[in-house]
Amino acid sequence: MAKKQVKRKATDFVDKKKLKDSEIKSTEDDEEEQDLQEDLLQKISNEDNDSSDDEGTEQIYQSDDSDELEFESDEEGNYASKWDEGVGSENSGDEEAESDDEEQEGSDDEEEEDSDDEDEDEINDSDIEDISDDEVSDEETNLKERNLPKSKKSDGNIKKNGLEASTSANAKKELELQKVKTSEALNDFKEELKDPNNTLVVPSKKEEYADSDTSDEEDIRNTVGNIPMHWYDEYKHIGYDWDAKKIIKPSKGDQIDDFLRKIEDPDFWRSVKDPQTGQEVVLTDADIELIKRINSARVPNPEHNEYEPWIEWFTNEVERMPIKNVPDHKRSFLPSSSERKKVSRMIHALKMGWMKTMEEVEREKKEARGPKFYMLWETDTSREHMRRIHDPVSAPKRDLPGHAESYNPPPEYIFDEKERKEWLKLKDEPHKRKLHFMPQKYNSLREVPAYPRYIRERFMRCLDLYLCPRARRTKLNIDAEYLIPKLPSPKDLQPFPTVESLVYRGHTDLVRTVSVEPKGEYIVSGSDDKTVKIWEIATGRCIRTIETDDVVRCVAWCPNAKLSIIAVAAGNRLLLINPKVGDKLLIKKTDDLLAEAPQNDTMESERIKTAVQWSVAEKEEQEKGVRLVITHFKPIQQVTWHGRGDYVATVMPEGANRSALIHQLSKRRSQIPFSKSKGLIQCVLFHPIKPCFFVATQHNVRIYDLVKQELIKKLLTNSKWISGMSIHPKGDNLLVSTYDKKMLWFDLDLSTKPYQTLRLHKNAVRNVAFHLRYPLFASASDDLSVIVSHGMVYNDLLQNPLIVPVKKLQTHEAREEFGVLDVAWHPVQPWVFSSGADATIRLYT
Amino acid sequence: MRRLKKYQSGEAAQYITRRAALRKLQLSLNDFRRLCIIKGVYPREPKHRRRAQKGSSEIKILYHAKDIRFLLHEPIVWTLRDYKIFAKKTGKDRAVKDFRNLKRRLALFPELRIDHIVKERYPTFVDAIKDLDDCLTLLFLFSTFPSLRLIPREQSFLCRRLTIEFLHYIISSKSIRNVFISIKGFYFQADIKGQKVTWIMPHHYPFKPHSKAEVDFKVMSIFVEFYTIMLGFVNYRLYHSAGYTYPPKFRSEIHNDSQDNYKDELSYVSDRIATLNSDLICTENELEDEIENIDLDLLEQGQSSNRIMKLKKEAKELTNLRSLFKGLKFYVNREVPREPIVILIRSFGGKVSWDCTAFVGATYNESDETITHQIVDRPILSKKYISRDYIQPQWVFDCVNKRTLLPTNSYFLGVLLPPHLSPFVDSNRDSYIPPEENESQNESDCNQKKYVEGNTGFSASAKEIIDSHAMDDDQLQKAYIEERADFEEYDRIENEEEQNDDNIPEEQKEKLRHEETLSMSVQAGKVHKENKKIRRKNEIDEHRLQARMVKSRHRTLFRKLVREKQVKEKEKWLLKKKRRNIEAQKMSN
Repeated sequence: MAKKQVKRKATDFVDKKKLKDSEIKSTEDDEEEQDLQEDLLQKISNEDNDSSDDEGTEQIYQSDDSDELEFESDEEGNYASKWDEGVGSENSGDEEAESDDEEQEGSDDEEEEDSDDEDEDEINDSDIEDISDDEVSDEETNLKERNLPKSKKSDGNIKKNGLEASTSANAKKELELQKVKTSEALNDFKEELKDPNNTLVVPSKKEEYADSDTSDEEDIRNTVGNIPMHWYDEYKHIGYDWDAKKIIKPSKGDQIDDFLRKIEDPDFWRSVKDPQTGQEVVLTDADIELIKRINSARVPNPEHNEYEPWIEWFTNEVERMPIKNVPDHKRSFLPSSSERKKVSRMIHALKMGWMKTMEEVEREKKEARGPKFYMLWETDTSREHMRRIHDPVSAPKRDLPGHAESYNPPPEYIFDEKERKEWLKLKDEPHKRKLHFMPQKYNSLREVPAYPRYIRERFMRCLDLYLCPRARRTKLNIDAEYLIPKLPSPKDLQPFPTVESLVYRGHTDLVRTVSVEPKGEYIVSGSDDKTVKIWEIATGRCIRTIETDDVVRCVAWCPNAKLSIIAVAAGNRLLLINPKVGDKLLIKKTDDLLAEAPQNDTMESERIKTAVQWSVAEKEEQEKGVRLVITHFKPIQQVTWHGRGDYVATVMPEGANRSALIHQLSKRRSQIPFSKSKGLIQCVLFHPIKPCFFVATQHNVRIYDLVKQELIKKLLTNSKWISGMSIHPKGDNLLVSTYDKKMLWFDLDLSTKPYQTLRLHKNAVRNVAFHLRYPLFASASDDLSVIVSHGMVYNDLLQNPLIVPVKKLQTHEAREEFGVLDVAWHPVQPWVFSSGADATIRLYT
Repeated sequence: MRRLKKYQSGEAAQYITRRAALRKLQLSLNDFRRLCIIKGVYPREPKHRRRAQKGSSEIKILYHAKDIRFLLHEPIVWTLRDYKIFAKKTGKDRAVKDFRNLKRRLALFPELRIDHIVKERYPTFVDAIKDLDDCLTLLFLFSTFPSLRLIPREQSFLCRRLTIEFLHYIISSKSIRNVFISIKGFYFQADIKGQKVTWIMPHHYPFKPHSKAEVDFKVMSIFVEFYTIMLGFVNYRLYHSAGYTYPPKFRSEIHNDSQDNYKDELSYVSDRIATLNSDLICTENELEDEIENIDLDLLEQGQSSNRIMKLKKEAKELTNLRSLFKGLKFYVNREVPREPIVILIRSFGGKVSWDCTAFVGATYNESDETITHQIVDRPILSKKYISRDYIQPQWVFDCVNKRTLLPTNSYFLGVLLPPHLSPFVDSNRDSYIPPEENESQNESDCNQKKYVEGNTGFSASAKEIIDSHAMDDDQLQKAYIEERADFEEYDRIENEEEQNDDNIPEEQKEKLRHEETLSMSVQAGKVHKENKKIRRKNEIDEHRLQARMVKSRHRTLFRKLVREKQVKEKEKWLLKKKRRNIEAQKMSN
């Protein structure tokens, strides 16, 4: 009540003012209001503060700031006045909470106007016309300007205004009747005012309501609800209506019916089945129009204008005065104590280092990101015990570059055409290349480009480091010379034959064998041209040629100097020839010796008889010098004398268990020492001193005691095929030559295995021979060479024999694949004879 | 006791295949590779492969079982597993778009700590230095890499930082001994703590994209991961032992280690060189020189045995090298690759600068009159100063290798350079020695004498020094020519003798003439002269025969050695022949 009175008074005042200067613009109203408020202050302080509508917050606020009296008193009025207005507006705004500020403003204005109007009604009827003119004109212009297009809205406003008025009236039940009247009067008045608009607006308003009612609510002609309608497919009805009665499906004709209907019914095209009721519905024109519009993607409502002028709801003009005249709350000016506490706590934390600023945190993060280095090793060489990997092997370093890798190498390192081609050809096998890069020459440093395979090389190194298996290997960094055993120089081991001094030519085919007279004046040679030739050593003259029937495989001069007999193996026959050279007495004595046949008391066994027949040579042969002929049953391969010259041993490789025979000249008797063959016998040999017999089969050498008739030793040669052997004159060392390029030195006292294996020759070794006096031996080989070696045997048993190859004599010529076939030493001089496939005999001195 | 089954003891139990190792460690192949690289575990070559592989004969990768057992206890195995977990979790976060969690996880990225592994792999500091070759070469390569997908950017930054730090140490300790310009890059050999450390600085710009089959950058990156840590610690110790503070500080203000520098490749390179041109701040006074002097004194006290003489000579050479460019002022033209040259000049006491408009860090201008040498790599220069020598960059390298200042006349502007020879080949070897090397050796001997005398006058102005050099050069040249002439005469006589053997008809003619002239007179008794050729042949035959006496167990080795020797001989012969042909062509032209 009191407030209303206040308001009335205020309006009174306004009215008076308005009367004074009615032409002042509405914008100036604010100023006036301020003035007015000042005036009001007095009144309000006079009047009571405890109005019934006061809010609790207001009271709290007051109690809060009770200590600042001045402030309060100053502000209170403002607040009050504002609150007054606010209440007014609130009263009206209760229902239109969602309405815009603008509208609110408008409504405020209107309310003011309303109140004005009321007053006017009551008091100044005379002024009504005046004001109403003003107001109406204002209103109209407003409406025309903004509200005309949005007629609904404006209507709503109006309506709301009306409502407001009514609600405010209802709310304040204490209001007098007068007030009700006034409000009614106001309504009437308003309607009067807006007559021209009203006529248009009212029906649309009703439609709106209807729309809003129906659009949202569900269709309730059928009460089954929102279910799939096909559930009713099997039934006659399609649901239940509001009265719980079945809605029966209309009879459904067949296709012919449909077709007929289609022909007959002009409205067929516009009839649609209603899914809810199952009834046919004929669409109205309006519906069709609507559908058409929707189909063509236009706004369904044809009255809707898409191109209406734009209405700016929010002005871009900056208002000079606040929209709400409520001042900021006091607490917005006062610093918050809780925040203050928080800040002080933070400051303390920063000071104490419990907390860090963002900057510090960032910096620390950044520092923590990179690796941190410190003194890992205290000294250069001290080591701390740590577990390491087992037996670490450090990776070998890369080779350092040579001259060829230079950017400006000496010209000889640059590849020429051939080298370049070769380098490029080995593209698939780069490891075979001489250099892993192609040397380049650049005239100046600035022209040198990046090496294209550099990264690849580094990558390969990385792979090597982690993927290449490592092992410790002792790398021999020695010169090849170091591996050659330290032997005395050949110069210190002279004499030995060094040069070829004579060539004995005369044979027409390869000379298989050669033998020297024990006194050292003549040599005898046997050849494939079926002749035996006797040569004088000193002159190289052929003294005698003895023709035989068959290829001469072996000749052997009797080692006994008191006899002059040559044993010649020609085919099946062993010929004992008196060469008739040298001392005449000796020749005669030999002839005599061979002439008379001794008495044979013992009976020879059948085995021997079938193998050997002794016979005296025939007349023709006698003239040639042949004295005795021992005919064997198989071709003879080798013949060898015993040292005393009484026994001759022959070898027939094809003779099976009778392949080795020993003939005694003095008794003209033969023996077969072995009853069983132990292999293919290659050659045999008498021991120079002891009654021992050496038999070489293909693989082994067997030594037999002739007296005890037993095997003494078996020497293992570990070779494929023995070709010949020779015994050291002292009888303790045996030299065996093999076709597999080896010579084997056996120390008979030492072992059955070779003391030394000599691989001096490059091809099969045909024969070996010891010198009788000098510590020399020679070997003949198919590689055309005769190699003379120093083979010293010491009397001291503790000292091993010394073997030094001293000279390679290579003068024979190649004939087919044969080279030198036999070798023999001069009995006294350090001279060596060799017979070769080139039909010559050569003497090296 | 139960008898062990086959392959449960001995060599078969010592080795373990890679597959078995993976199963034992419960790691993926990638993780295992990483672990092996970082821990320095490598496959082993067994003595008997078949036995070690439990009877199978195909070649498998075998590790020592103890090594794998050792890896079991390695803490970084857990980090590797954490990586896996991390990847899984972040992957999930990313998939469900839980970015808050993802961010939190990313901050907790498990870091691989490998400090202890450095110590474990290199128990002493010298061990680490011995293994520095690969490390430096790889890091120098990586320091030039642009941003790559597989290589984190920080890694190449770190490589750059560490290599620069290392170079600074090298410069300040003057430890470079040999340099070589190869087609692959610049080889540097330094002497650190008595160990020879060699590294390659590739020519610009080495990076070239490679397919994964050709080069797997990931593997190299893992190596770099370890090597950076290793070099960091080595640098730290080197700096401290030389009396510098480790994160190095520079006297001049050029070096500002901001990220902007890394943005631009070119500016980075120039900055890097600029920093090389600045001095380190030293914490202590230089003690090293004194130590070196004491050593020399000690040597002088000792007797002049052969070895000591040699040591003395080396020490003298070293002192010479350390002050090789002292008092000289260089100016580097912009076309010259500056980095290696700056390193060399600065480490041997010279001053160096370059075009200040082109690159940062120049200390003086081209117009400075006190410049003694200008390094130019182009045939013509428009503006020349009389007061300085214009030389090509190879001069600097050759000087360092020869330990003296070589005469500059063969390195002048536009002159065809003498061949650049590798300092790494052993001069006592039996393979081919190019004639230039021989010559230069003789020359260097002469020069050294001269420099011992001439070293005293270095305080005088540079120009004077050069003049005096020239004078000395002249004198020496004369002496040398004379000596050379004598030598050649001697050589010719010998050659003739040799030729006599070859060309018998000529010899016979001469003999006949001699006989004709001397037939009337009384002849002096002639010394019996063996035919050299025959004698030689005999010797060879003899040697061959003796070579056949090599024991059978040495025979294959002997043959191999002989073959190697023959190949070498052949190479030598071929090079000699080529050289002769080239010389002949030159003469004919």
